[in-house]
Amino acid sequence: MWISLSYACWGISIVLALWMLYDWFKVDTTYSEDVLTSSREGELEAVSEKHRI
Amino acid sequence: MTTTVLEPAIHGDRVSLLRVLGPAHVWALGVGIVLVGEFTGWNFSADKGGALAALIVCWIVGLLYTSVAMIDSEVTSTVAAAGGQYAQAKHIVGPLMAFNVALFLVFAYTMLEVSDAILLGDTIVAKAGVEGLTHNSFIAATIVVLAWLNYRGVLMTLNVNFVITAIAYISIVILFFSVSPWTQGAVLKLNELVTPGNALPYGWIGVIAAFQFGIWYYLGIEGTTQAAEEVRSPARSLPYGTMAGMITLLIAAAMTWYVCASLMPWEYLGITYYPLWDAGKLTGSPLLENLLFIATLLAALASANGCINDAARAWFSLGRDRYLPSWFSAVHPKYRTPYRSILFLLPIGLAFAFIADLNQAITFSILSGVLQYTFMSINIMMFRKKWPLGTIRRGYTHPFHPLPAIVLFCLCVVTFFAIFLGFGSQLIAMTIFYFLISLWFHFYRYKFVRRGDQFTMPWPKPQGY
Repeated sequence: MWISLSYACWGISIVLALWMLYDWFKVDTTYSEDVLTSSREGELEAVSEKHRI
Repeated sequence: MTTTVLEPAIHGDRVSLLRVLGPAHVWALGVGIVLVGEFTGWNFSADKGGALAALIVCWIVGLLYTSVAMIDSEVTSTVAAAGGQYAQAKHIVGPLMAFNVALFLVFAYTMLEVSDAILLGDTIVAKAGVEGLTHNSFIAATIVVLAWLNYRGVLMTLNVNFVITAIAYISIVILFFSVSPWTQGAVLKLNELVTPGNALPYGWIGVIAAFQFGIWYYLGIEGTTQAAEEVRSPARSLPYGTMAGMITLLIAAAMTWYVCASLMPWEYLGITYYPLWDAGKLTGSPLLENLLFIATLLAALASANGCINDAARAWFSLGRDRYLPSWFSAVHPKYRTPYRSILFLLPIGLAFAFIADLNQAITFSILSGVLQYTFMSINIMMFRKKWPLGTIRRGYTHPFHPLPAIVLFCLCVVTFFAIFLGFGSQLIAMTIFYFLISLWFHFYRYKFVRRGDQFTMPWPKPQGY
């Protein structure tokens, strides 16, 4: 049973790794680099925090 | 392939991390990373200084981490950004410190993830007892499945962490109450196993040496801050989640020591990799034995899961500020996760897990963690000096300043000395590594950074500037 579980672990790892690589390729070819890297630190803070004490 | 297939969650022309987490997720992240330390790691402090030394460091290191939690809560409730201590360092100390802190974070969490995966694999192999069975497949599955979970979204990742951490924690409570802790002699034999003659076999220098592994009782609770950009209310959720996590861990650490030190001699306790699982076996109950076996696996999984989450956010933040190539700062348009950082760190974790020794991985993780705590003690002093109370809004203000910062700094110095006693060459090697990488950043990489863009907090100018 343990040997079978070990093979199943290899199988799951390979399938999920391939799925992530496929999704990575799909996203990178669908969206522009500007959109994907458009996140900015503190954006929500800038609109919600006025820092008036 | 069209954009409609992916149902992208883009607001305007920006895609950012998703704010979906609450205090329970913060608790799950912090305690999830740490709790594995009760199932293995802390007990090596008994090898360094005896069972009583393990208890002394449990409380003293608890004081260190209470200071960490208080200081971190105050600063993070104000600097609520992914990257946690990295973003704090950037705004309060400066870019070079921030770069180093981010590397401390990535190293600490990646090495902890590696240790967790090795532990999980070794635990299954030990349970199976089958000749020819190796831990490699279990290590691969642990790291890849958890990376996939992290890739698919932070909410599910931390929901899973909450459930498995709670089960692992409850198993410690069940073990504690199953051995009649109020009655010595029935199952527990503390007065026979810890006597005045063997309580501190190496004297007080043994207590100092025990600090190195005493860190494992709580290592990683500061990881809660990495969720800052994904919690709905950072100023409220982060202090609540971190403080609740610290209280939870202090209780778990005390129960763990009491049960383990009352069931096995310090000579064995100090070398076993499975103190709680062994405690379950020693009760003679198959139910407890199996429960603690499963809890050991779940604790390792929860820790690795939180570590992948945190290391990826620290790496992502470095990319976003161009401290590293901005390619790493991509956010998945559907799952809203730093997917490239997760994928980049995945093979690194796997490589270390396949080639590294558990003790080496643990030591590198602890070293990076203590470097980070040392920074935090200096950071809070500068924070209070540059922006005194009343000048900016704080979600939480920690009491007795500067006492926690001083206590934290002093305990970090003692821990460095303890690490030097046990792993002096690794300490020196890591110091040289951070020095060289700092030179690279200062003389080469910093020219790519957009200097004005990296400071994002809408604060007034610091005092004295």
